[in-house]
Amino acid sequence: MEVFVAVLTIFVLSLFVGFEIIQKVPPLLHTPLMSGANAISGITLVGTLVTSGAQLTTFTTILGFIAVAMATANVVGGFLVTHRMLEMFRQDGGRRK
Amino acid sequence: MSEALINLFYLLAAVLFIFGLKGMTHPRTAVRGNLLGALGMLIAIVVTLLDRRIVSFEVIVAGFVVGALAGAVMAYKAPMTAMPQVVAIFNGFGGGASALAVGAALEEALKGGFVEEISVQFTVAAAMSGLIGAVSFTGSGIAFGKLQGLIAEKPVLLPGRHAMNALLLMVCLALSGWLVAQPDSSLAFWALCGFAALLGIMLVIPIGGADMPVVIALLNSYSGLAAAGHGWVLNNSVLIIAGSLVGAAGFILTAIMSKAMNRSLPNIIFAGVGAEVSTAGAADEVYANVKSTSPEEVAMMLDVARRVIVVPGYGMAVAQAQYAIRDLCDLLAERGVEVEFAIHPVAGRMPGHMNVLLAEAQIPYDALKDLEEINPTFAQADVVLVVGANDVVNPLAREADPSIPIAGMPILDVDYARSVVIVKRSLSPGFAGIPNPLFAADNALMLFGDAEEVARDLLAALKEV
Repeated sequence: MEVFVAVLTIFVLSLFVGFEIIQKVPPLLHTPLMSGANAISGITLVGTLVTSGAQLTTFTTILGFIAVAMATANVVGGFLVTHRMLEMFRQDGGRRK
Repeated sequence: MSEALINLFYLLAAVLFIFGLKGMTHPRTAVRGNLLGALGMLIAIVVTLLDRRIVSFEVIVAGFVVGALAGAVMAYKAPMTAMPQVVAIFNGFGGGASALAVGAALEEALKGGFVEEISVQFTVAAAMSGLIGAVSFTGSGIAFGKLQGLIAEKPVLLPGRHAMNALLLMVCLALSGWLVAQPDSSLAFWALCGFAALLGIMLVIPIGGADMPVVIALLNSYSGLAAAGHGWVLNNSVLIIAGSLVGAAGFILTAIMSKAMNRSLPNIIFAGVGAEVSTAGAADEVYANVKSTSPEEVAMMLDVARRVIVVPGYGMAVAQAQYAIRDLCDLLAERGVEVEFAIHPVAGRMPGHMNVLLAEAQIPYDALKDLEEINPTFAQADVVLVVGANDVVNPLAREADPSIPIAGMPILDVDYARSVVIVKRSLSPGFAGIPNPLFAADNALMLFGDAEEVARDLLAALKEV
């Protein structure tokens, strides 16, 4: 029960942090924001590692492998594509206006 | 490594994620923010790999390689106009990964590994993750298909779909209840995932292209929640924190976008826009007095203008006209014309999509103005160039008639400018499916053609003037 409440506490506080941060992001950056937040949701990768590494049964290892691959694509692709978008906003540093 | 130490590193990763998202508040800090987020992810992964339960790394490395290759290739080969569907597909992967991973954790627990007993927290979180993850997976897949043009973009409204969806949800909840009450087999879980996957398809397929930005933001939120649920199953703090952060972020963005369209979220999710008949008037009547013009004529108008506002829309993205537009605006600026861009919050397929495309063409971001900033200034604009935008400049939105799909949506008041030139391939409607009286307004001129070619023609004509 204590574990549940501790976990619930973290969950609720994180929701508030999430709400607060996003309020300040300008519409200009909403697309990279979606992409960046999506990359972070790839954190689920961390949860797939033990399953695929512990090799308890063949079935769980296969599931683990697919999950690791999918989550890695989410993470790697997500951060790369966000970076690619954000780089474009940097280049105009020296231009007119 | 002791569990306390692992959790400390997880806390560090979570803090880095928070700084990462905070970096998105300004273009200057955004790149660094993204890198911090990536660093946090790296720390979380490395620390987890030190877990003593991992006996072999082959499968993990194989998964890393396959995933990283797929992710990197898609991230770099996709054109900027495809960003919405790329984000959709990565999002789907994440949601699917959560559901699969939770299922695997359940299977392990049933075989007696890693947990002493399958608690209620475990099963409830597992059901939640499976449900939300599967919905996110297939929903994102459908969103990808629609945006990529693989599936019909128009809303596909199946009869009785609300009843079907309600039924599917009931089934999912019942299966969840079964799993919690009798956690001795994983059958309930996998069945739940199957039905949830079907629900995901059913929920997204009736939604039309114009509403996709909202859907993607919502699905993003779902994947975050699925990851948080995964964290609840494993009692893993970094999953819970990061998952909730993303869940909340996605949800807020969804709310912001719904407000920008002046429609409530339930309205977008449950109504099929564009499929009902509205009293917007028949196209023939509305367009009876449309005047069309030529690049030479518009070039003359631009030559004597002092203030020009460009309104980009999805049509510009499709024609990849952003570079041509940039060249045109550079020339105008050289001649002392003040050029600004009016970016409607839902122009394009994703929030901020237009901004990304224009930034790709190296248009400085302080020339990009949002709706509240630029609307009052249209009255002082000499020429407004509407490039491939339609619904966001449709005056019908000002009507209170509920049968008009875009009624009440805030629009860009381009009709208040001296002259409006609309660059479009034809008089075909936008996603809302209704005619646009702006095109027939007295101060409006239609410049028919592909946005990229027209921009190049305008550039050439302007040089001649």
